[in-house]
Amino acid sequence: MTETTRLPSRRDMLRAGAGLAAMGAAAKLAAPAVHAQEPVTLRYLGTAVNQSAEIAAKVKQELGITIEYIPVVTDDVIRRAVTQSNTFDLLDMEYFSLKRVVPSGNLQGVEARRIKLFDKITPVFTRGVTVGGRALGEQGTAPKKVQFLKGRSSKEFADSPTEWMTLIPTTYNADTLGIRPDLIGRPIESWAELLNPQFKGKASILNIPSIGIMDAAMVMEATGQYKYPDKGNMTRAEIDRTMAMLTEAKKAGQFRAFWSDFNESVNLMASGETVIQSMWSPAVTKVRSQGVQCIYQPLKEGYRAWASGFGMPRMLEGRKLDAAYEFINWFLSGWAGAFLNRQGYYSAVLETAKENMAPYEWAYWMEGKAAEQDIKAPDGLLLEKAGTVRDGGSYEDRMGKVACWNAVMDENGYLIRKWNEFIAA
Amino acid sequence: MDGTRALQMGRIDDARVAAAPGRVAPRRSRGGAYWQAAPFALLFLLFFILPLCLTVAVSFWHYDEYSLTPAFTLENYQEVFDGCIAKLPALCVTFATYLSTLRFALLAWVATLVLGFGIAYFLAFHVRSVPVQMGLFLLCTVPFWTSNIIRMVAWVPLLGRNGLVNQGLQAVGLTDAPLDWLLYSEFSVVLAFVHLYTLFMMVPIFNSMARIDRSLIEAARDAGASGWQTLWNVVIPLCKPGIVIGSIFVLTIVMGDFVTVGIMGGQQIASIGKVIQVQMNYLQFPIAAANAVVLLGIVLLMIWALTRLVDIRREL
Repeated sequence: MTETTRLPSRRDMLRAGAGLAAMGAAAKLAAPAVHAQEPVTLRYLGTAVNQSAEIAAKVKQELGITIEYIPVVTDDVIRRAVTQSNTFDLLDMEYFSLKRVVPSGNLQGVEARRIKLFDKITPVFTRGVTVGGRALGEQGTAPKKVQFLKGRSSKEFADSPTEWMTLIPTTYNADTLGIRPDLIGRPIESWAELLNPQFKGKASILNIPSIGIMDAAMVMEATGQYKYPDKGNMTRAEIDRTMAMLTEAKKAGQFRAFWSDFNESVNLMASGETVIQSMWSPAVTKVRSQGVQCIYQPLKEGYRAWASGFGMPRMLEGRKLDAAYEFINWFLSGWAGAFLNRQGYYSAVLETAKENMAPYEWAYWMEGKAAEQDIKAPDGLLLEKAGTVRDGGSYEDRMGKVACWNAVMDENGYLIRKWNEFIAA
Repeated sequence: MDGTRALQMGRIDDARVAAAPGRVAPRRSRGGAYWQAAPFALLFLLFFILPLCLTVAVSFWHYDEYSLTPAFTLENYQEVFDGCIAKLPALCVTFATYLSTLRFALLAWVATLVLGFGIAYFLAFHVRSVPVQMGLFLLCTVPFWTSNIIRMVAWVPLLGRNGLVNQGLQAVGLTDAPLDWLLYSEFSVVLAFVHLYTLFMMVPIFNSMARIDRSLIEAARDAGASGWQTLWNVVIPLCKPGIVIGSIFVLTIVMGDFVTVGIMGGQQIASIGKVIQVQMNYLQFPIAAANAVVLLGIVLLMIWALTRLVDIRREL
């Protein structure tokens, strides 16, 4: 067998083999023998979004690397990254969190040269345009603003591309409002509807201050009350003004509840507690898979986008560092990308994901075409019947209409104080 | 326990005597007692006293977005009480939050006290056989067989807009539209507290009741007391330690709660624990610590007041 002769230079072989889909089979055969001697475990800190058992199983099978998930909520990812960076080996974090983590010096730059598919990473991250060349909104923490570091252990972001990357993108998406068309019974076209008194007691937003206020800002602009220079980085006066609007709505009983995790948002919507709320794409899909009508409604003011990626803690070195690069290269090589695309997220390297998806799947999820046959989730559950079209349409249509990005503001501390006031109001 | 009895026991059991020093304990066994207490004292020191000291220390530190600097500054406490005096008679955030938290504590306390006392009374005086008593007791712990979160999530299909209660009320014609206040309201928060913490009130009261000498109740009846008079003049005074201990449990848990208030209140109701949680999430440790120290002070005051009412140590 070929792998016996290759054994002496196994590390080179693995490094070379990992990223290449063509080599997948060889790696699969070689892996158990090799890693039985030196098993590597990567502790993977992140929100549960990307942490699926299927991915971990596939990695174990193809690379022999054991992935140990540490699932926590968004805020806890940041807290651990800043205060306990030695408790994980790989960080899966949202881009907007970088402004809070990088200054702590707890991340090391990821070397672009070691990322095999670096050139194939969508320009959304590197240049701020879609693949088709449409410019994306830049308000908030747009990924390109925080994508590169000035050096390996720099605490500052670089304005133009360098060799050192903060995160290697994994998924991103354009968020909007989810609605229950059966309970609303009329078209919804604007963010202004979120605070429309018609939906009193039936609306909801995210219980994350920095995101909740962005949704409110979208409403503020949609109703023509105020135009922000940058919704993602408000002045104190702007925060006051926005929170005043939210407080007024809360006192009038507009909100049923605020949600903080995926399943909560699904429950609220599926049970009819809310009919309009800020939501994530796969959550809408999940509501629909329960047989409840739910639309991820595109709105004329555009989407609020987010992106997440892999980062490496400062102390990571040696075999674990190699394994982390190996894992990231594998992640971009297509299987994982297809897995994520099938849930309604977008993957960082589109070409390789496309190779791992059936043409009808690609046409439905990415091109906005009607499904030629039933669309199934990675676990085989029926998501959409043949003939359905994805809400918001194609990748270009959705990402091309991004108005702003999830962000951490310079006045974050002030915002937290105001948020606590808002809850107490 | 009188001196003679202590003496007799002392001959049998050295350690027992050491626990009551100053009476007849020989000098050397006192050292032994300290050694015996040492493991627990050490645990207490490591996992309670030390973190507490750290919390107090950090509450005086300076912080910004991503770093803490050791210092001695009162700015965190100033921020906690920011505008509290200036805004009077309107309430500042901290005062409003404490008021809301205290209100929940009071409501939960009254409800758990009435329920806990009632259940304990039934178990102690009306259920004669011990196996049935034990069986019913275990039944009371059913809410604790599942996780806290699941227990609370289970209210949604029950109390929700399209939940069982609303459907039932509409079916029998009591209401013609769903009642919104059943869920994500102060009502649901108190309901969850009562569901969760009645046991904490019931157990100590039951314990007190079980130790009431039955001949006292007979004597009261013989002396012509009515059922209510016996309850008021005999049972309740003798249950005071249990009531106080149960109250301490319930009040301290509710004062620091953020999970129940969060989930059952739809994250829209303020509690002091929730304020601390939000601050912790955003790495504002010093101000969260300051808030925690203030909360601790207030809870300690409450416990102090309660123990003034009844000398628990003597009663036990």
